[in-house]
Amino acid sequence: MTELSPKFKYEVAQEPGGEGIKLCFACGICTASCPIRAIDEGYNPRRIIRMVLLGMKQRVLSSDFIWFCSSCYACTERCPQGVKFTDVMNAIKNLAVKQGYVPTPFVQQIDILKRFGRLYEIDEFDNKKRAGFGLPKVEKARGFTKKIMEMTELEQIILRKNEK
Amino acid sequence: MKYALYPGCTVLGRGRNYEMAARQVARVLGIEFVDLDDFECCGFPIKSVHYETFMMMGARNIFAAEQKELDICTLCSACTGSLTEVNKHLIEHFDEKTRIVSTLKKNGINYRMGRNIAVKHFAKILYEDVGINEIQKLIRKRLSNLNIAAHYGCHYLKPTDIYKNPEDPENPHTLDELISVTGANSINYSEKLSCCGAGVLAISEDLAYSIARPKFQELSGNSTDAMVLICPFCSVMYDDNQKKIEKKFGEKYNLPVLYYPQLLGLALGIDAKLLGLRMNRVSTRALLEKIGA
Ligand code: SF4
Ligand code: SF4
Repeated sequence: MTELSPKFKYEVAQEPGGEGIKLCFACGICTASCPIRAIDEGYNPRRIIRMVLLGMKQRVLSSDFIWFCSSCYACTERCPQGVKFTDVMNAIKNLAVKQGYVPTPFVQQIDILKRFGRLYEIDEFDNKKRAGFGLPKVEKARGFTKKIMEMTELEQIILRKNEK
Repeated sequence: MKYALYPGCTVLGRGRNYEMAARQVARVLGIEFVDLDDFECCGFPIKSVHYETFMMMGARNIFAAEQKELDICTLCSACTGSLTEVNKHLIEHFDEKTRIVSTLKKNGINYRMGRNIAVKHFAKILYEDVGINEIQKLIRKRLSNLNIAAHYGCHYLKPTDIYKNPEDPENPHTLDELISVTGANSINYSEKLSCCGAGVLAISEDLAYSIARPKFQELSGNSTDAMVLICPFCSVMYDDNQKKIEKKFGEKYNLPVLYYPQLLGLALGIDAKLLGLRMNRVSTRALLEKIGA
């Protein structure tokens, strides 16, 4: 728990969207703007940044709270330093996934997307209903999403979690 | 005016009323939609899991529209944000675009390098490409006795640095103007710019419901006839889940939630049934009676 990884901030900064983290001067405007923080005191953008800068890698990546961000971009728009905290959170989540921390709902969504290419399957029955409402037929997805997930080896990344 | 329509997963799965109304309104306003038969998920759900996969999923959808040489019209604000972000990246990094096209090709997904296109939310198309003045001319029934609460949602406005003509996210106006042109009164209220909470619905229902609640508390206490929004995720929160939120907090809101094209459609004189107004979860009957539809 107390083990620190001084390089953690560089790892975050190297992920797409993570670049801005080093610009933070801890003003707390992000925290004051955050709708999640307003409900749950345990979620605190400024504190998450401090934890990253201090190198608390395992503690951050294994935490539940990194998944609480609703991606509303309020912090990003208001940050006087241009940190883009929403993107920083995304970078942190991407790193957490690489460590095997993937919340179950995401695993389920990936499975659905692999099978249907979309979050909802539109079958014959749905298309009949659509026709009844004057809506055009939706063609079956052609498996592009599955292909792409194979190309990026997403499954191997997610599977690591299941081995744990 | 011709666009490739990108409905997105959530509209297909849960927003048939939105799709119906958008298509009806487009027809009356002279907007032609070409359906993208090879569209798949925009990548939004994967962004927090694996950015590279997100980028490729978005890019492939954009390439599909490029082949038709058409700009994309989105209905969902999350799709709008994701596809706009990816598209901006592809336009600014030609090498990346070339790399993704050739990687896809190597794996049997064939798109030629097309000319750059734009991604635009339907509401922005109505505001910028059709224009308030043109819409005004086609209004057949002014909805003057309605008080409407505009809900912009987050991704329609933010992050501002991905959008071409961003509005001030602290003081936006397009949806208010689009509501006003129907003759309805777009009210001012303090929770107008609140997040709906749908972004955390999959992780924690309790948290999501708590985020959605303040808007209901404010609007059920005044004379608002309906909330009007432009994103299926927001609608899942405010319309589909309204009963559950009422139950969780022991409160009663009974607030109709309409997609903007449904409201506009009524003002354009389109039949309520064709606008899918019977499919909204919170009954719209009293509202329709009030305007004599
Ligand atoms: S608003 Fe920006 S600079 Fe201020 S604490 Fe948050 S991320 Fe750091
Ligand atoms: S984007 Fe996330 S961290 Fe930023 S204000 Fe919204 S919920 Fe909070």
